Amino acid sequence: MRILALAKRILQQLVRDKRTMALLIFAPILVLTMLHLVFNGDNYLPKIGFVEFPEAVTEQMDLSEVEIKTYEKGEIAKEELNARKIDAYLVFDQNSPSIILEGSDPSVNSAVIKWLQTKLTPMQGIAGGEEIDIHYLHGSSEMSSFDYFGPVLLGFFVFFFVFIIAGVSFIRERTTGTLERLLSTPIRKWEIVIGYVLGFGLFTMVQSTIIAWYAIYVLGMLMEGAFWHVLVIILFLAFTALTLGILISSFAQNELQMIQFIPIVVIPQIFFSGLFHLETISEWVS
Amino acid sequence: MYIVETCVSVQDVSKVFGEQKVLNKISLEIVNGEIFGLLGPSGAGKSTLVKQLAGLDNPTIGDNYVFQQKMPDLNLMKRIGYMAQADGLYEELSARENLEFFAKLYGLRGKRQFERIKEVMEVVALSDHVHKLVSNYSGGMKRRLSLAIALLHEPEMLILDEPTVGIDPVLRKSIWEAFYQLNKQGTTILVTTHVMDEAEKCDRLGLLRDGSLIAVGTPEELKGKSGSVSLEEVFLAYGGV
Repeated sequence: MRILALAKRILQQLVRDKRTMALLIFAPILVLTMLHLVFNGDNYLPKIGFVEFPEAVTEQMDLSEVEIKTYEKGEIAKEELNARKIDAYLVFDQNSPSIILEGSDPSVNSAVIKWLQTKLTPMQGIAGGEEIDIHYLHGSSEMSSFDYFGPVLLGFFVFFFVFIIAGVSFIRERTTGTLERLLSTPIRKWEIVIGYVLGFGLFTMVQSTIIAWYAIYVLGMLMEGAFWHVLVIILFLAFTALTLGILISSFAQNELQMIQFIPIVVIPQIFFSGLFHLETISEWVS
Repeated sequence: MYIVETCVSVQDVSKVFGEQKVLNKISLEIVNGEIFGLLGPSGAGKSTLVKQLAGLDNPTIGDNYVFQQKMPDLNLMKRIGYMAQADGLYEELSARENLEFFAKLYGLRGKRQFERIKEVMEVVALSDHVHKLVSNYSGGMKRRLSLAIALLHEPEMLILDEPTVGIDPVLRKSIWEAFYQLNKQGTTILVTTHVMDEAEKCDRLGLLRDGSLIAVGTPEELKGKSGSVSLEEVFLAYGGV
């Protein structure tokens, strides 16, 4: 009897808490839908540039499953590669083909190389049976998965923790009555928001400097470009998380309800973080 | 000729939350220098009314005037001290850090800030516990610190929402002594309570019930009019209609 009473009470509480009910059902549906969109999309079509390629060769090639662009000059192709308009370009140099990969995404690299091996190797006769030279604009064949996942996680953790901490501390201002007290002083509402951003901003700056420094210089994450650029980007990310956390916290009555927003607000960010190719996402979404 | 100046003027104020009418056409005048008590059972709308006077909320209909100016107004809020039902303290910080933070919000700096903190902590008898973390404070100490913060900027009017809830009789007496002290110096005090013996200590009383102001007057007037001996009876006499 006592056990049943307890079980009944729990069910009553759950049913009464509409938000929890909605999240228990809605959040998994949302996340699964996004997973479906990302992973069930079309195969990634590598975009490859051909530089000064003899037409005789291209005519013989099977150009399906790839997007081809032709260039007259190597420099233009390189510029486009740098701007990530193409993933790689092929150059015919002294009768031996070489490929230059953009290189920052291992899955794109392997897609390009796979395509070359299946489509170009049968025609190796032209290339004189030589191996294709592979060059990288960024990164190298030794780029590990960590170099690819690491930067995303770096940003994600900063976003996640700042979002939670800012949201929870704002909720605590509300529940402990300090926010009411703040509002009864001559402080303006925008001053409170700016103050929050400033306080948390300084804290995040220290936090992200330490984390980024550790990932790059201790764990040896692949790093090209300036360190302070990384810091600027992380800082902006933290500001976004902070202001979003404050906004979302006004829809939550307690800390638990703030946590409940994670699957709705934070997890979808993973899909937009650059880990997944949004080009391969289902047509109707893009 | 001696002119009694109005400190607070509530003019035909109603407040509606959704379907529920929390305040119903309330009109009230509080004069400078008095201790005015809002008496009523919980849920009568006392907090809703004082929140509006502290500038935290707006009436649905009607206007509130404090110091002859319309509320809410940030400049008026500098002249009002508000102490809510919740203590509103940062528990991770020490009492001094809490006081310094709120002092800065009121623009108190340097030597003046230091002096004011010292003075208010003496008023609430917490001078020995200035450096303690608030999380180590007892319930009564938190309540007194909360009052100290409301006094920091020497407000001309104090709004106290159930200031002595959960406080033992000895401490309650000492807190009321502090109120009398401030009142003597000219501070107008608006206090809400549902405790009858506390209401007796006010100069004038407003009886609030279900969002309506059912009677206003000195405790003696109210007793006399209804022919009751105690305020409890007064309440029953007016409310029973």
